[in-house]
Amino acid sequence: MSSSRYHAPFGPQGGTPIDAEIARKLLTVALAQGGDYADLFFEYGVSGSYSLEEGILKAAGRSVSMGLGVRVMKDDATGYAYVQELTPEAMQRAARTAAQIAASGGTPTPKTFEVPGVTGRYEQQILSLDVAGEQKRELLLRADRAARAADPRVIRVEASLHEELREVLMATSTGKLAHDRQPMVRFSVRVIADDNGKRQTGSSGGGGRMSLEYFDVPQGVHSPEWHAQEAVRHAIAMLDARESPAGEMEVVLAPGDSGILLHEAVGHGLEADFNRKGTSNYTGRIGQRVASELCTVVDDASLHGSRGSIHVDDEGNTPERVTLIQDGILVGYMHDQHSAKHFKTKPTGNGRRESFQAHPMPRMTNTLLLAGPHDPDSIIRSVKKGVYARKFGGGQVDISNGDFVFSLTESYLIEDGKITTPLKGVNLIGNGPDVMAKITMLGNDMETSDGIWTCGKDGQSVPVGVGCPTIKIASVTVGGTQMGG
Amino acid sequence: MSQYDINKLIELGGQVVERARKGGADIAEAAVSEGQHLSVKVRLGEPELVEEAGSRSLGLRVIRDQRVAVTHTSDLTPDGLTRFIEDALELVQLSQPDVFAGAPDPSLLSKASEHRDLQLFDPSIDSIDAARALDMAKRAEHAALSVDPRCKNSEGATVSRQSGASALVTSGGFQGGTRGTYASIVVSPVADDHDGKKRSGHHWSARRFFAELDAPEAVGLEAAKRTLAKLGSRKIDTQEVAVVFDPDAARAILGLFASCANGGAIWRKSSYLAEREGQLVASPLVSMVDDPLIVRGPGSRAFDGEGLLARKNVVVDEGVLKTFILDTYSAKKLGKQSTGNASRGSSGGVGASTTNFILTPGTITPEELLKSCDRALYVTDMMGFGFNAVTGDFSRGAAGFWIEKGERMFPVSEVTISLNIDELWKRVDAVANDQDLRTSICSPTFRVSAMTIAGK
Repeated sequence: MSSSRYHAPFGPQGGTPIDAEIARKLLTVALAQGGDYADLFFEYGVSGSYSLEEGILKAAGRSVSMGLGVRVMKDDATGYAYVQELTPEAMQRAARTAAQIAASGGTPTPKTFEVPGVTGRYEQQILSLDVAGEQKRELLLRADRAARAADPRVIRVEASLHEELREVLMATSTGKLAHDRQPMVRFSVRVIADDNGKRQTGSSGGGGRMSLEYFDVPQGVHSPEWHAQEAVRHAIAMLDARESPAGEMEVVLAPGDSGILLHEAVGHGLEADFNRKGTSNYTGRIGQRVASELCTVVDDASLHGSRGSIHVDDEGNTPERVTLIQDGILVGYMHDQHSAKHFKTKPTGNGRRESFQAHPMPRMTNTLLLAGPHDPDSIIRSVKKGVYARKFGGGQVDISNGDFVFSLTESYLIEDGKITTPLKGVNLIGNGPDVMAKITMLGNDMETSDGIWTCGKDGQSVPVGVGCPTIKIASVTVGGTQMGG
Repeated sequence: MSQYDINKLIELGGQVVERARKGGADIAEAAVSEGQHLSVKVRLGEPELVEEAGSRSLGLRVIRDQRVAVTHTSDLTPDGLTRFIEDALELVQLSQPDVFAGAPDPSLLSKASEHRDLQLFDPSIDSIDAARALDMAKRAEHAALSVDPRCKNSEGATVSRQSGASALVTSGGFQGGTRGTYASIVVSPVADDHDGKKRSGHHWSARRFFAELDAPEAVGLEAAKRTLAKLGSRKIDTQEVAVVFDPDAARAILGLFASCANGGAIWRKSSYLAEREGQLVASPLVSMVDDPLIVRGPGSRAFDGEGLLARKNVVVDEGVLKTFILDTYSAKKLGKQSTGNASRGSSGGVGASTTNFILTPGTITPEELLKSCDRALYVTDMMGFGFNAVTGDFSRGAAGFWIEKGERMFPVSEVTISLNIDELWKRVDAVANDQDLRTSICSPTFRVSAMTIAGK
């Protein structure tokens, strides 16, 4: 049993647990108008945030949110209502509101519920929220001291720690009753370095579905000092950054965080709702070649402690590793309940939502491009003139055709097989399927990102993980400022 | 007239402030809000989503011995509130003293009698029911899909309305409340290009008052027009050329300037505009104002997030940076006075923000501006986040049209446009007179004399 201070009132250890009987009653109300599917999504979220700047912990914060979302489906139409008050009257009102999407009749509710039993993908007993605040303050102060000690040109240090517990309970008219406690920590350090008036910023961050054990990795990787030094290294390196060449050229992506490019450029197009609607460039292309044969892409919610991992999705389904692209051939999509029904297949456990205030959609968890055969050094050596992408700022994709843009916060010129000058203000612009076909070398150095990415879709944000090895793309447009480069 | 009783919100806020003060807080500020919304989506003529809900929440900032804590909750039960106040008082011990932390001087706080009625609340909006909203969404989508056989798929049409009220009570003696509404209609068609590529586009209308929305058919038609115009898009050669930004793209650039003129970014030295007050930061054709007092404006408000009277500020006057956008904290850090731009975030924290931030329109029409271009890229869409606020380096993906001798030649996509934003604003050589106050950051069409385009 957990000794945590933080428990959802509706959960098994809460004061007013929602049991099968209450769930069945609410589902009966939700289906009274003839909906063909209904689910209840209870959520309790507590988060803490601590931010340091100018050498002091300037503000500590806490946020609590709780509520119930009721969804009723009739064919392709969804009725959705939510309430924050979990009184019987308020919950029934939400169920009645959502029920109105269907017009007539009643649908039977399940007699018994099946409880999914997958656990062990993350620690649930020890919460960062339960640890004394002074310990967290000290982590931030350590980062501050380390950053200032690393280089005299550092003029500002900002460090923050965000911690979270999301406890969810779901009951579905298909007879699932699922409960999960999902922890999260995220640490970040940002510095500004000034060299005779020339300023640059650098950052480092990480985290995952875990508690403060995140910081206790051997050799000090992930320690506050490690992140501080990494942020300083980034800022100092960028002080020497030069204008980037513009135009099409060879690009090599560093392992790990570069997976965000794959997430945007390919992953979203493989979320089955777009394919159900025929609005993705991958619609109807199962079995076809969509990438170079070096590429195998999976979505894996089971990675231990990863930011995108979940025991159960937000519709009560347990996600397993889903293969999306096998040796360059498109083999599957990521499904929620709704798209799975449309494609007459099983949900893959990718139905996720931002909160009880939003309906689920097919979303990625941890999306990975698996390792290839090449030595990373030989990949760099093979490039006569190109760009090495080391840190990504973020990106965006047009799902309908796969066009994407990514900004790089740290990149270098590659000249005659060697990484040379740092570049500033670089964007990569291209087309997902086109780039996947142009992957000509793939490293054997697969890495997963260190827990920093959040994915947005239709205004809903969910935490995700990404991962990939060193990747060489034969030609991508580099958006730089230097003409004739 | 409506279900929102601001006095009740003020009463709840007052109780929380008093309890926090009794618990030891030197300063306590409570922001209470409630609201409801309806959102419907139609896709290919069928209802896809009907969502309806209400919500309430409470944010609290407490300061004790110059230590700050911010808390936020949606649990307004008596037990929940007690726990919430205790949490804030416990957390405040953890923070470290910040000599700049504090509330505005009580003598500066505004009084309810000074708060202008800015007509932000449409009392009829909550009577729009799902059936009516669905009908509008259907008509809008139908109009979009009836224009051309190549435009026959859709990501749907969404109609939504929201209403809400909020109140702020501070231990310095401020009490104020406001109500607001917002309605929007969005249509997102998808068209098939000749090479099998899909092209998506969208158009939207948004207003404080439901009756002022553009007709659903007009929104749908414009969405289809914009989507179809993208068919046959191609890359252009890497080159340096003039760039014209349409109001949507221009608004994004203006937003970057606003974030760099924010007091929080200035004192943190996280902006290329730090220490640039009084200097030339744009071409003389460029003036920018932050005006919270526009009647029915999307970002309008009578008082700011700390209780100061909202006022119009000229931020850039004919290219010269006149002031930063300041709340009390950033003003103190910079040795200045607040510009009345404090706002309270969802977490309960306070920072500076813009209200209606507007690039002052010029005198020529956007058509005349385009006609006057010899060769230019006319940008209607931008993608990605390539901006470094510290250096001003800007590089983003762009799509739009190639203009030659004043004529639109063909659609362009998959290129990036780059230029340091400081230089970008200085190279503005034409500002048009089109202004549609759909969003709180609002710009007319403008032209930059030369930027680097990366393409083929």
